[in-house]
Amino acid sequence: MTTASSAGHSRRDFLFVATGAAAAVGAAATVWPLVSQMNPDASTIAAGAPIEVDISPIAEGQDIKVFWRGKPIYIMNRTKKQIEEAQKVNVSDLRDPQPDSARVKEGHDNWLVVIGICTHLGCIPIAHEGNYDGFFCPCHGSQYDSSGRIRQGPAPLNLPVPPYAFVSDTKIKIG
Amino acid sequence: MSGPSDFQPQNSVVKWIERRLPIFGLVHSSFVAYPTPRNLNYWWTFGGILSFMLAVQIVTGIILAMHYTPEATMAFNSVEGIVRDVNYGWLLRYLHSNGASMFFIAVYIHMLRGLYYGSYKEPREILWILGVIIYLLMMATGFMGYVLPWGQMSFWGATVITNLFSAIPYVGESIVTLLWGGYSVGNPTLNRFFSLHYLLPFVIAGVVVLHVWALHVAGQNNPAGVEPKTEKDTVRFTPYATIKDAFGLSCFLLFYAWFVFYIPNFLGDPDNYVVANPGVTPAHIVPEWYYLPFYAILRSIPNKLFGVVAMFSAILVLAFLPWLDSAKTRSSRYRPLAKQFFWIFVVVCLGLGYLGAQPPEGIYVIAGRILTVCYFAYFLIVLPLLSRIERPRTVPNSIADDVLAKGRYVASVAVAFAVAGLLMLGSGSQAQAQEHNAPNPPSLKWSFAGPFGKFDEGQLQRGYKVYKEVCSACHSMNLLHYRNLADAGGPGFSLAQATALASEIKVQDGPNDAGDMFERPGRIADKFPAPFPNENAARASNGGAAPPDLSLMAKARGYERGFPKFIFDAFTQFQEKGPNYIHAILTGFEDKPPAGVTIPQGSYYNKYFPGHAIKMPKPLSDGQVTYDDGSPATVDQYATDVSAFLMWAAEPKLEERKRTGLQVMVFLLIFAGLLYFTKKKVWANAH
Repeated sequence: MTTASSAGHSRRDFLFVATGAAAAVGAAATVWPLVSQMNPDASTIAAGAPIEVDISPIAEGQDIKVFWRGKPIYIMNRTKKQIEEAQKVNVSDLRDPQPDSARVKEGHDNWLVVIGICTHLGCIPIAHEGNYDGFFCPCHGSQYDSSGRIRQGPAPLNLPVPPYAFVSDTKIKIG
Repeated sequence: MSGPSDFQPQNSVVKWIERRLPIFGLVHSSFVAYPTPRNLNYWWTFGGILSFMLAVQIVTGIILAMHYTPEATMAFNSVEGIVRDVNYGWLLRYLHSNGASMFFIAVYIHMLRGLYYGSYKEPREILWILGVIIYLLMMATGFMGYVLPWGQMSFWGATVITNLFSAIPYVGESIVTLLWGGYSVGNPTLNRFFSLHYLLPFVIAGVVVLHVWALHVAGQNNPAGVEPKTEKDTVRFTPYATIKDAFGLSCFLLFYAWFVFYIPNFLGDPDNYVVANPGVTPAHIVPEWYYLPFYAILRSIPNKLFGVVAMFSAILVLAFLPWLDSAKTRSSRYRPLAKQFFWIFVVVCLGLGYLGAQPPEGIYVIAGRILTVCYFAYFLIVLPLLSRIERPRTVPNSIADDVLAKGRYVASVAVAFAVAGLLMLGSGSQAQAQEHNAPNPPSLKWSFAGPFGKFDEGQLQRGYKVYKEVCSACHSMNLLHYRNLADAGGPGFSLAQATALASEIKVQDGPNDAGDMFERPGRIADKFPAPFPNENAARASNGGAAPPDLSLMAKARGYERGFPKFIFDAFTQFQEKGPNYIHAILTGFEDKPPAGVTIPQGSYYNKYFPGHAIKMPKPLSDGQVTYDDGSPATVDQYATDVSAFLMWAAEPKLEERKRTGLQVMVFLLIFAGLLYFTKKKVWANAH
């Protein structure tokens, strides 16, 4: 050992580093499939395709709950009063400022489509309850208005609007 | 675990922990400072390889359990769901199923090494017996794991093996009922086997800890069979043994990867790609290759009880080995007679393995009986006798002397021999379908064969057309969805084309708000439609024989290639028995059976069908399907195209598998090369 040349040293060091690096690369590449398998599989993804919902049976002031990708979606036919309340709010006073017009489709002011999952910790708010003519979450008391915006309680954000479009006046496509 | 601990922590945190829980010192004394004989050869790396394989099986097994459904009606499809839909599911499943075989290959080498070098002798008797217990647990685990995919071999393997216990006088039947949880193998059996299959590997891991503990008390044996006397006889575990084990492991991984990526079904049985059917036993039942020698012993004894007793004795006799062989000399290297008998014993085991895969008739039974006698004679007569009459050669004074005296010992012949033998055993489990003098189907040229094989998109699209216009009138393909048509590595339809194809069918859905079922156009998430609502309807419309589902047909059929061809098949990656067979069946119809052959009413003569009488009438005729791409509209072309399509349907991740395999192989070659040179450098100052 004491007589080993410095060139021998560096060659050996390079070999050790290269072997160690290859082992690290191999280990990292092995971990990838072991973790990736936890993501949704192809059948789950295929089952998450868009759905069409017939909204003609929903009368004014009523709502239905449909499921898309395992999530409850509220489709609410709002009353005039609810629409007015939603539009009248001073947006800058809101915790998560968003005008009502950004949360409904143009020309379909009466239809509110939101994902019915409280943005606090994932419970499902009850429609037509609470102080704001919208939704009330029974878990921790968050209250949403008739546009699904957070008004009171611990939730930080408005109820999210899922991607959807009107196929016709009586049919929407979610997803 | 003992060993001199010269561990002196410098880091204050490590010091703090070490005073309260001396775990770093334990690891250091067991796996760093632990003295290991300096003359160990590569056969000693299999202990480390086995630990690694246990870890691989536990990790992949836990992941598979996340996606698997242990329920009799869903288990088979959930395994296929893993292979087809889960990200890298095909990889995890093949790693696990082939991992079991690799585990057994390694354990057999490990055991034979112990046998050859006398590793079971004083003071290592308990170490050896713990090893036998691990082996028994492995067999139980492997058996129960094989039941979980719930294919035909799973089901009938479970039936046959559990019925072994019915041989016990008086209480046998009650025990079997207890094991089954019913009056036959069924859902309760599957559930408990799943539970135990999950449990046992952790029991194995526990016994492995005891095994390693016992090893570290007695110290490792070595090829010279003399105990280390001075410090010159040993080297530190790290880096010397660690790097050597790592190099051995990397070579083993190359071997493992070859199976996983290129011939994943070589060691499996085509019948296990047929879903369990309690009403039909496969023509030829064989266990997994690693049980074949014991299976041969079982069948050699023409009495139920004594057959079972002989089979279990064949394993239990190993536990008494330390007392059966009382020779003072450990290593067979210095025992000229024991060495010869050892190799004869290896050949006997391989022979029993081969016979275990053969049908129990004629010469095979006689040979099985002779080899069974040889197997027991080795333990009960040869070894006790040799220890009394054999004159061993002088053993070296010390390990250091052995290292100095030793030339380069090349065991490559033995290795080649062992590998060839194992492949021979493996292919034994494919001894199928060679019945009633049906000739072997001709081997066709397939675009998806070989290490760089790829499906021909045009061919798969034509094959789909043939399936849709002809086969689908009677055959379902329940595992295929319209979305699969647009998957990468498939027929190459665009998503829009697949959607359009799906929308041509009507699917019953519901109930709607009014509670009624309704029909809607198909979506890409829908399965291919089945031609019959249930199996009875299929049977009734087809003269009593239900047309089988075609999803896995290309993997569920095989034929015997014969010795020595099947050994070359492992090297040439021949995996195309299924499509060859399908093509042969589709083109093997003859209007008039040859003279002397009578075909029952309602059946048709087919040259390649086992038994020649097939219930399916000739399905294809020239010009029946119109091709848009100018390919010839002939029966041969149709048969070729639909066979390729069915191969894709059975193995949709084939391209991804072979592509990943190339990357893994290149990496492992580089890694093994680096480890080889690193090992040389590390050991340079130890010699």
